[in-house]
Amino acid sequence: MLVTERLRLHDDIGAWVAKHGATRAALIPVLQEIQRSYNEISEYAMQEVADRLDIHPVEVYSVVSFYSFLEAKARGRFVIRLCRTVSCDMTGKDRVARQLENDLGIRFGETTRDGNFSLEWANCLGMCDQGPALLINDQVFTSVTPETVHDLIQACRKSFGPLAVQGQKGRTH
Amino acid sequence: MSAVKKGLVTFAAAVPEEGLKAALARPRSEVIAEVTASKLRGRGGAGFPTGVKWNLAAAATAPAKWVVCNADEGEPGTFKDRVILAEVPDLVLEGMTIAAWAIGAARGVLYLRGEYAYLRDSLEKVLARRREKGLLGTGILGSPLSFDVEIRMGSGAYVCGEETALIESLEGHRGEPRNRPPFPVDCGYRSEPTIVNNVETFACAAMVLAKGAEWFRGIGTEVSTGPKLFSVSGDCREPGVWEFPLGITIAGLLAAVGGEGAKAVQVGGASGRCVPASEFGRTLAFEGVPTGGSIIVFGPRRDMLHVAENFLEFFVDESCGQCTPCREGNAKLLEGVRMLREGRCSWAYLQELQKLGEVMQLASKCGLGQSSPNAFLSIVEHFRPEIMGRTAGGNA
Repeated sequence: MLVTERLRLHDDIGAWVAKHGATRAALIPVLQEIQRSYNEISEYAMQEVADRLDIHPVEVYSVVSFYSFLEAKARGRFVIRLCRTVSCDMTGKDRVARQLENDLGIRFGETTRDGNFSLEWANCLGMCDQGPALLINDQVFTSVTPETVHDLIQACRKSFGPLAVQGQKGRTH
Repeated sequence: MSAVKKGLVTFAAAVPEEGLKAALARPRSEVIAEVTASKLRGRGGAGFPTGVKWNLAAAATAPAKWVVCNADEGEPGTFKDRVILAEVPDLVLEGMTIAAWAIGAARGVLYLRGEYAYLRDSLEKVLARRREKGLLGTGILGSPLSFDVEIRMGSGAYVCGEETALIESLEGHRGEPRNRPPFPVDCGYRSEPTIVNNVETFACAAMVLAKGAEWFRGIGTEVSTGPKLFSVSGDCREPGVWEFPLGITIAGLLAAVGGEGAKAVQVGGASGRCVPASEFGRTLAFEGVPTGGSIIVFGPRRDMLHVAENFLEFFVDESCGQCTPCREGNAKLLEGVRMLREGRCSWAYLQELQKLGEVMQLASKCGLGQSSPNAFLSIVEHFRPEIMGRTAGGNA
């Protein structure tokens, strides 16, 4: 990691701790801010948070590893999470999954080499009456078909609309 | 009797702040008495009497108390809380404010699941508007009540819908359920008395204060009072959120949503039970088949073993891993279902798996583990001819 990147992370974490409070209860909100802006919670970030909140870094790692929306390894700018639960399964999530893998050239659990896309499974997104459903970062898309997968990916690639804002790496708050 | 309708019928007809005004005009004890008299039971699925919970928290002596709204709606097949928060968020916040008055709390938290992050901005706006109108903040509507609500986001863990896991998560820990007692009403968030209620429960409580316990008791059955929202998905013509009085039969529900001819219905999501067509005369109520409102309809051609496998994959993924029966048990049940699918499971081993499921029901620490084998056990019980003796390729 470059020294300038460290400095920026250091400053960002300082600002987020000031915003949420230097207490244990602030741990998850601070980690969520890091995840949103950096697409990963690096070991350096964990150590930094631990120092600020006066807890052991293993405590921070333990929390990061528990929650599926917090991730120690770098994820893409756009994280696509396809619901695999039974209602979406019945409406054809397997075909959508196959098409996503084909169009992105990666398997579930992987990130494209250009760092743009990660593909993951999600458990029930609460869109069971409109499946198959998927999340792209914070946005939900329903009744997805194998044909519309391409359009969704293109929309991300072109980075227009609200999707672009949320996936920007290193965006300051 | 409320009609059987699609959408949020009763909640959408609520007069804004009617319940809150009625509550603030009465002493706390009377507010709790009204909720108790309505026989309202928790809408998240467990069905704990809301009045009893509020009363315990009100009786606890502590300098600070908390009202927590559980919007960590993760149960597979459930989406009614999302619709409530999108369409009638004020009613939920009104219910939380009434609860704050009843138990003597000054602060509240709405714990919103990470998957619903797109709802956050609109909810923040609703909070801001309520503060402007004097419905949150200091001296609400000229009463001595001061109360405010903050939104906290989940991070993709189903187990955080369990109330003590939710509190652990709020405190910045892994979402691992606590031993009980002590219960949250005595020792909850920050070790202070806390009530955790479901989104729909708060909305119901606001309706009870507005229209009276008698009105609420007039809907539903003797034991299961009030209207209930059902999240209907699967093989039916009209999936979506439906409102029925508790006590409706499964057959009655299926007729309304266009799911006649179903072979089975999963009631209560992954942690619920699979009800076969022969039992469609049973009622959806706490005394019948209890449910948080998740209804997944399986048409005649669905493979029930595939359904069991999907649910067990879910639990293997979402078990917090803290206690052995849940962590190891679900992995063994999933392995067993795959053996059944490949036609490699003996009758004796199937018996062992059923015994294991019963052990998990008894020995797991929290509701997740205790209910995780339910779907598997009910599918094995009702669909034995379909799942045994499969040939390679897996189809019945």
